[in-house]
Amino acid sequence: MRNKVITAKEAADKFTSGMTVMVGGFGLIGSPLTVLKALEEKEVTDLTVISNNVGEEGIGLGIILQQGKIGTAIGSYFTSNREAVRMYNENKLQLQLLPQGTLSEAIRAGGAGIPAFYTSTSAGTKLAEGKEQKVFYGKTYVLQKSLKADIAIIKAHKADEMGNLTYYKTARNFNPLMATAAKTVIVEVDEIVPAGGLDPEAVITPHLFIDHIVQSKATLLEGRRVEYEL
Amino acid sequence: MNYKQIIAQKVASHIPQYSIINLGIGIPTLVPDYLGDSECYFHTENGMLGVSELKEEQLDPQLVNAGKLPIGEAIGASYFHSADSFAMIRGGHIDIAILGALQVDSKGRIANWAIPGKDIVGVGGAMDLLEGAKTIIVTMLHTSKDGDKKLLDECSFPITSERTADLIITERATFKWSKSGYELIEVTDGYTLEDIKESTGLQYTVSDQLVKESAL
Repeated sequence: MRNKVITAKEAADKFTSGMTVMVGGFGLIGSPLTVLKALEEKEVTDLTVISNNVGEEGIGLGIILQQGKIGTAIGSYFTSNREAVRMYNENKLQLQLLPQGTLSEAIRAGGAGIPAFYTSTSAGTKLAEGKEQKVFYGKTYVLQKSLKADIAIIKAHKADEMGNLTYYKTARNFNPLMATAAKTVIVEVDEIVPAGGLDPEAVITPHLFIDHIVQSKATLLEGRRVEYEL
Repeated sequence: MNYKQIIAQKVASHIPQYSIINLGIGIPTLVPDYLGDSECYFHTENGMLGVSELKEEQLDPQLVNAGKLPIGEAIGASYFHSADSFAMIRGGHIDIAILGALQVDSKGRIANWAIPGKDIVGVGGAMDLLEGAKTIIVTMLHTSKDGDKKLLDECSFPITSERTADLIITERATFKWSKSGYELIEVTDGYTLEDIKESTGLQYTVSDQLVKESAL
């Protein structure tokens, strides 16, 4: 069996400038906080980040945003990190806004080998401006290209040593989708169990999607605080 | 009852038993308080069906609603990823979406995601819900704090969808979409038809029932 377990630092070392990176999580919930913390020490610039949000100010993705390592962010809700809005206004950050359902479907399509799809969401609104549109059955649909990445960093609850994954409550969100849509997929998990330690019926992400496993050293606390045991 | 509770109570009276409901942030989150024994199931777009009121012992930082607030887990709850969650929404599997709006217009279009002159930096699931939910119930204050109209002939803020909202419920009145326009179907005690007319910019008709009542 191939050994997939690496350290957070080894995960961070896989990043190079200009890469497109998917980062799991709905805000900080289900976000790979240990790997993001390790990226603080990694010299890298001009990342394109695909993530629903860009973390909170100085936490999660907010760490590398603050360091100026992100050039473009593609997501659905940047309002939750005021720093992202400020940097956008200062022209230090490009933003691409997609409706959340379009964002999640674009990632699913990216992972499933589908180059683009039509959705009625956003038709007739500002977010459809400049996009190709087509009428099906009398209704207008907007063409959305799928999304892929060089690296995805995701968070799951448990991994077996092979890389089969289970998730935890609403920390699942975008993670199983991003697991399918990047060349290299790194999962941070609360617990690594031996092969055979997960009920096959409970596995949400099969191991073929996973390249590397990192033991999480971060705990999300109440009030959006994070505790690290580094 | 404060105005938010008045609105939430009115919304609850329009909800059939066993509905699958997605609740927006703000006033919509108060609606379950007024459903009584009526059994409904709550969906949150970040990946859960079976949201319940938070019980202290269930408090879990990884169990939140779309507003990132802690929630509880009802009996029969399930979790799923974001694409499945939005397939439920876009695919027409959600019975009712209850959401807030900044403006509504005569065509039934709502604006609830962006304000002109401010940065357009967040949309979340607003557009998907408008596209896909079978019934849209809008909860909002009838006017702004300064008394400006929010029910307008045409939205001045960017619209969220071309889709018409089915019910508009404010602290003063309820409007129901019927075929080609809104019908005023209910007025809160203490307000007259004239009050509603003065504070409403969108075109509407008055239901026969209300016309009869006001003649009494």
